[in-house]
Amino acid sequence: MAMTLDVNGKPLAVKAAPDTPLLWVLRDELQLTGTKFGCGVAQCGACTVMVDGQAVRACVTPIEAVAASKITTIEGLGGAHPLQQAWVKHDVPQCGYCQSGQIMSAAALLTANPKPTDADIDAAMDGNICRCGTYQRVRAAIKDAATTPAAAPAAAPQPAKA
Amino acid sequence: MNAPVKKTAIAGATRRDVVIGASLVGGALVVGACSPGDLLSVGAKEDFGAFGPFIKIAPDGVVTVVSKHIEFGQGNHAGLAAIVAEELDADWSKVRVEQAPAIAKVYANTGMGVQGTGGSSAISNSWDQLRKAGASARAMFVEAAANKWSVPAGEIAVKDGVLSHAASGKSAGFGELVADAAKATPPATPTLKDPKTFTLIGTDRVRRKDSRAKSDGTAKFTQDVQLPNMLIAMVAHAPKFGAKVASFDAAEAKKIPGVVEVYQIPSGVAVVAENTWAAKQGREALKVTWNEDEAEKRSSDAILARYKDLASGKAQPSDKEAWQAFESKGDIATVKGEAFEAAYDFPFLAHATMEPMNCVAQVGVGKAKLTFGSQIPTIDQLNTAKIVGMLPGSVEIETLFAGGSFGRRANFQSDYVAECVEIAKKVGKERPVKLVWTREDDMAAGYFRPIAHHTVRVTLDQDGYPASWRQRVVTQTLMKGSPMGQPKLDETAVEGTLGSPYLKATPIVDAQLIQPDSGVPVLWWRSVGATHTAYVMEHTIDQLAKKAGKDPVEYRRALYTKAGANRHLAVLNLAAEKAGWTTPAPAGWTRGVAVHESFGSVVAQIAEVKLDGGVPKVGRVVTAIDCGTAISPDQIASQMEGGTCYGLSAAMFGQVTLKDGVVEQGNFDSYRVLRNSEAPTVETYIVPSGNAPSGVGEPGTPVIGPAVANALLTLTGQPTLSQPFVKA
Repeated sequence: MAMTLDVNGKPLAVKAAPDTPLLWVLRDELQLTGTKFGCGVAQCGACTVMVDGQAVRACVTPIEAVAASKITTIEGLGGAHPLQQAWVKHDVPQCGYCQSGQIMSAAALLTANPKPTDADIDAAMDGNICRCGTYQRVRAAIKDAATTPAAAPAAAPQPAKA
Repeated sequence: MNAPVKKTAIAGATRRDVVIGASLVGGALVVGACSPGDLLSVGAKEDFGAFGPFIKIAPDGVVTVVSKHIEFGQGNHAGLAAIVAEELDADWSKVRVEQAPAIAKVYANTGMGVQGTGGSSAISNSWDQLRKAGASARAMFVEAAANKWSVPAGEIAVKDGVLSHAASGKSAGFGELVADAAKATPPATPTLKDPKTFTLIGTDRVRRKDSRAKSDGTAKFTQDVQLPNMLIAMVAHAPKFGAKVASFDAAEAKKIPGVVEVYQIPSGVAVVAENTWAAKQGREALKVTWNEDEAEKRSSDAILARYKDLASGKAQPSDKEAWQAFESKGDIATVKGEAFEAAYDFPFLAHATMEPMNCVAQVGVGKAKLTFGSQIPTIDQLNTAKIVGMLPGSVEIETLFAGGSFGRRANFQSDYVAECVEIAKKVGKERPVKLVWTREDDMAAGYFRPIAHHTVRVTLDQDGYPASWRQRVVTQTLMKGSPMGQPKLDETAVEGTLGSPYLKATPIVDAQLIQPDSGVPVLWWRSVGATHTAYVMEHTIDQLAKKAGKDPVEYRRALYTKAGANRHLAVLNLAAEKAGWTTPAPAGWTRGVAVHESFGSVVAQIAEVKLDGGVPKVGRVVTAIDCGTAISPDQIASQMEGGTCYGLSAAMFGQVTLKDGVVEQGNFDSYRVLRNSEAPTVETYIVPSGNAPSGVGEPGTPVIGPAVANALLTLTGQPTLSQPFVKA
């Protein structure tokens, strides 16, 4: 039974069963490996993607729940998104494994709230664990991107580079 | 075994009394006159270009620095590349980094003798080696240009990858000259720069090379490996350490669509499938019964209780245990009078890397290839070779980025690697197998920072400074399974108490260690022994200062002066100045200080702390570090920020507990870690130094815990004698 998912602006046919978590369909079937597996139970945020502009943990989201939605992964930000530029400017990543999820949570935050306060950032980013402890630079990069005019709104994802 | 053996330090740190002088080849101990690196490289492919194993230069002028060290966050790739670029006078924007293959003979850690990353040594062990490599390649370019232009070599300048001759006006880039330079003779002793003339090292231009790939999803981790025909494996492990498979029923598992086969392996029962989700479902459908005859069945509470009884003398050591003095001077028996006493407890800790342990292996006839984040490739080669029956040097390893390690990916057993190789051996035909551990697998697999218990008894002289210092340390050894057996003293258990300036400044010292064994596998955990020794020494000092009625910074200054600990004094003074120690803390905040030396570097921190509903909240943390020559100030700051978070996470929340031998934590809901809103703001200041570089990956971790405890001591008047501060 095939299903079609709208991922990064493209309709993509997938073969997985409807109750399969989006994470494993993105990674194993669609080869979009930027979205990471960290905990499997929506505790760490490494698998965060945007579904209709909202941050969603792909590890606990069955594909049948997002069949009618627009899904954006880290690949869908295109590489030159203001958040991605800010991440590079601040050298945010250390090991880098959690950073796709951090950026997707931040992208959803800026989509809903282009000028977040410190408390807004805390609330939006507390679901994303970073064991390397890059939190201070994550905060700085979000603030930096939020002051970049192109960041607001960040709602329109560019299609992934094939 | 009696043959003379060349001793080479291995494992967590360069200065440890751990030796490997022999290698296990196919299960047999082989000793020889050649170095372990040479021995372990038999069968390796060696094919380096004109500039040697560390540097490649392409016709487009791009300089590739080959890193023998894995990058799992520490920023070493930036630092290693900068060392080469500095001596080569390369254009930093045209420098990239590539990961070395596993060939111990050329890529050995010069402090370990085998290829490996650990003990915060990536930069320090490469410093001379890469400076020479860069300088040698530069000399080859200069020779090529001098010949081509018929001008004296001494008149040629090199800057940003361009050679020029002022008098003739000639100039050419590395790309144009590389073919000629490759034919030049490398100098026998390349001339190194005077560090005063460095233009790249020590500047903010030395930035990470991987930030873009790690911000757009293209950075490749083991988890991301996709190979044609690859199978995904998950393994059902015993719930208790040391239990074995008694029997299993795979009928239901094999009914899951996508499940290909089920195998019994030494560490459990493996389900291999066409994709990750099928492997996970297949494993859930397995029925396994376990033989627990030899399993560790104790609770962590029981282990700690015995440690306390050993330290207090209530329990006597078994015939396999003995107290071992590691710092002693004077006669402790002569000590009389009132003493300060304290006992400290530290729990098991999981590394809890963001990327759970994983590996990709391909095994065929006479062939084995591993693709993963290998921290000690030589050990992983050895353990793989034992399983598949081949020479370690011919086990191919492609090392990828790893999503953190903090010590977890470096162990003598190569636990998860061996597990993957066992499965790939069953599958055979060089078919790739990716072993995936879930978070719960990772948490329950052990290799924890061991439980530690310390007791301290200190008497003070008439001026309030330590007159005698008695300390007992109880903790499991990290050296079990070391290829050459247990070292005389397991320094990893006591480093930080051993060599402490406070003990140097104390006339009578009696410090002893005992190391009970358990069935729980334990391992180095970022900053290793300092995870507990720094806390004990630094929190004790503040309690002594309080007892003596002295300011904790002044108290330390006096002791460092007495001990001749000038680097400690310098970082303390810098941190105190930057934090404004002598001025009042911001309203509502209380300051605490701690200083500790580890991995050759000394770190001082002053933390501003308050209590928020009984839970410590850490705001500004001023950090001063002496790490010798600073190569990348920004990455040093990054490691101080990250190390502080890692240490604070453990001190505040970190705790693995066992109930009747079963690990009680499974995921981040039960193993709490520091989150964004709980993270402090760390400011980093570097003490200028002309010394060779020393560690930065670990030294930032152990200082924050005692700095916070010392602030709480000032705030509440009470010491904090066990971790974590916030009980589950």
